[in-house]
Amino acid sequence: MAEHKNIVHEPPFHLAKRASIVWWKAWLIRIAAVALGLVVCGLVAYLFSDRLRNGKKTLEDFYYCFIKGSFGTERKLWKFLKNMAVLQCISLAITPAFRMRFWNTGAEGQTLMGVWGAIAVAFYLGGKIPNWLLLTLMFVAALICGAVWSVIPAIFKAKWDTNETLFTLMMNYVATYVVSYFLVVWVPSGSSSLGKLKFGKLPSFGHDYLLIILIVLALTVLLYIYLRYSKQGYEISVVGESVRTAQYSGMNVKKVVIRTMIVSGLLCGLAGYLIGAGLDQSITTESVGGQGFTAIMVSWLAKFNPLVMLLTSGLVSLLNQGAAQISQDFNVSGAFPDVIVGIILFFIIGSEFFINYQIILTRKGHAGREAVK
Amino acid sequence: MKKFLSLVLALALCLTAFTFTAVAEVADVKLGVILLHDEDSTYDLNFINGVYEAMAILGLSEDQVIMKRNIPESNECYEAALDLVDEGCTIVFANSFGHETYLLAAAKECPDVQFCHATGTMAHTENLPNFHNAFAAIYEGRYLAGIAAGMKLNEIKAAGNLKGEVPMIGYVGAFTYAEVISGYTSFYLGAKSVCPDVQMKVQFTGSWYDEMEEKTAAQALIDAGCDLISQHADSMGAPTACENAGIPNVSYNGSTMASCPNTFIVSSRINWAPYFVYIVNQVANGEAIATDWTGTIATGSVVLTEVNVAVAAPGTVEAIAEATAKLQSGELKVFDTAADNFITVNGAKLDSYIADVDTDAAFTPDTEAVADGYFHESEKRSAPYFDVKIDGIELLNAKY
Repeated sequence: MAEHKNIVHEPPFHLAKRASIVWWKAWLIRIAAVALGLVVCGLVAYLFSDRLRNGKKTLEDFYYCFIKGSFGTERKLWKFLKNMAVLQCISLAITPAFRMRFWNTGAEGQTLMGVWGAIAVAFYLGGKIPNWLLLTLMFVAALICGAVWSVIPAIFKAKWDTNETLFTLMMNYVATYVVSYFLVVWVPSGSSSLGKLKFGKLPSFGHDYLLIILIVLALTVLLYIYLRYSKQGYEISVVGESVRTAQYSGMNVKKVVIRTMIVSGLLCGLAGYLIGAGLDQSITTESVGGQGFTAIMVSWLAKFNPLVMLLTSGLVSLLNQGAAQISQDFNVSGAFPDVIVGIILFFIIGSEFFINYQIILTRKGHAGREAVK
Repeated sequence: MKKFLSLVLALALCLTAFTFTAVAEVADVKLGVILLHDEDSTYDLNFINGVYEAMAILGLSEDQVIMKRNIPESNECYEAALDLVDEGCTIVFANSFGHETYLLAAAKECPDVQFCHATGTMAHTENLPNFHNAFAAIYEGRYLAGIAAGMKLNEIKAAGNLKGEVPMIGYVGAFTYAEVISGYTSFYLGAKSVCPDVQMKVQFTGSWYDEMEEKTAAQALIDAGCDLISQHADSMGAPTACENAGIPNVSYNGSTMASCPNTFIVSSRINWAPYFVYIVNQVANGEAIATDWTGTIATGSVVLTEVNVAVAAPGTVEAIAEATAKLQSGELKVFDTAADNFITVNGAKLDSYIADVDTDAAFTPDTEAVADGYFHESEKRSAPYFDVKIDGIELLNAKY
């Protein structure tokens, strides 16, 4: 009798951490999550889109938008590759710090300062010096500005153990105000709209975006090698695993922290250069457009592996362009695409839970448990 | 009777034939619209409503209009414009000032497509046959709304409820930019035309859309002793602050009656539908679009919302109607430099002013705008260029 009661009160399932998981099972879970997310998106779309309900558009059109948005025309494909490259560049930038468990949430500001550095040089020196020199100076300025913005919180962390998450986050706001200030100084008409500058455009060969894409591809491979095979990359991993282990083995942890944050900042500066000189030839407070935050997720989803990051940055770019296409084709407000992207990312992030944990169903009686793997 | 019937029939036939051909041509036009934000911003909502209204007037189908929302003032605007061309658009329109240089780059690449840009300044100097600017003489609308404000201040003054010695308007502006300066000055002059001793304080936010900042600025002006508030910024910040404090508000971009029933007086706004109708018709008929198009009261581009009679002073509706008629006949000029004690700078009348009409890197003033006793606003180009700082208006923070 007592034994029977026990069985009744036992929950129908419980969770256990997986020791390991076969790679194909992990991917099966991820793909299932995306599929499930897409189904939920369809339901939500049905609720909110008039054109879907009154039959002017079908669910097929809805799902096709995700492909059309990035591959519908040659121009969209280039845009997709370029967006992916810029996001990848910022994601690469935060990766060394994240591997060290230094939670750098300041990529947005560091990249914006990179844009600012490049555009400041173009604004003051454009047309006065040869173009190659201008582009070089813009490049140097972008890198320095990005690095300065990341090294300040790093020094504070190393010297006084300040909270790096909050510090880097606040630096984003400071960067935004620096840009607003200079827009007021640079645009005497008072509109704070600088417009496209005439000088300082990154040269293009083949296609306007090709150079940007190739630079980021090369950077991806270089960073992979740096993190995986170099001594500095190894130090980053050790500090990330345990600061005490690092100290015991004779590493100068402060030096590693500051050095790694400089690397992060330099790469953010490079991303800023690609945006400023390669694309916009101008700056607004929105030049980075939140990609510094999206990059955190891109890097995390890729488990801080630069090569896998190509996949995650590609996925996020694909979703964003698909969502914009939905807004356009279904004539729904700008917030709706964000909801769609949010739902799918929620399912993807949620799937990581089921990769790390397994559900174990409780069998009636004590005959045994079977794990659902 | 028979004759009459046949006449009617003939007329009807003519009309159907006319509408039929017109529809056939309009059916070939496809309009692409690039928007900075979406429905959440009153500025963009005003454009979106204009698009819908024009679609209804012209009988455009859903397939003939594509709207791209949340397009920033960057290379993305250029990409969006070219993508719209790929989609078969024959007209591409962009609604934000900062879109201009990127839209211009797209226009240079696609000579067969018409590019229209609201609030821009470069069409008349770039001289591209397919790039056009548009704005409206909104200073006239502001002036009319200012009359409603002045009459309300007179009412408060007569009741002995002024906070200070003179009637004081508070104004929340975005930037110290010609469009804003032209807006608050015409509003002030409208008020001054009925309430001669009125003064104004202007607080800038440094942003076109920042609800928190606009609310704070409005509250600061109320605390500084302003009897009435108006604004040139795109959020509900200032109207909300007024409703909370019980201070009358003259709004912009559209009615805020629903959320501020106790303080809303009237709002001026630009109706963009006439411009959309115009550009679609021009392209349908194979005619050129004006390089600079300035909508007026007559074109239906400058409009006032209904007056909230519960808050406005008695006679407001009539006074606005009277001034509207005078503006249309040309008898009344908003920036009247000849009238005594109206527009003065350091106590002296404004006899001459060189405005910055042609955009260049250094923003050098280039064009005489005062002639025949008034400042010729929005005549040399569609976007406003009145940026004179006149007496009676105090700028609290001119840093923007």
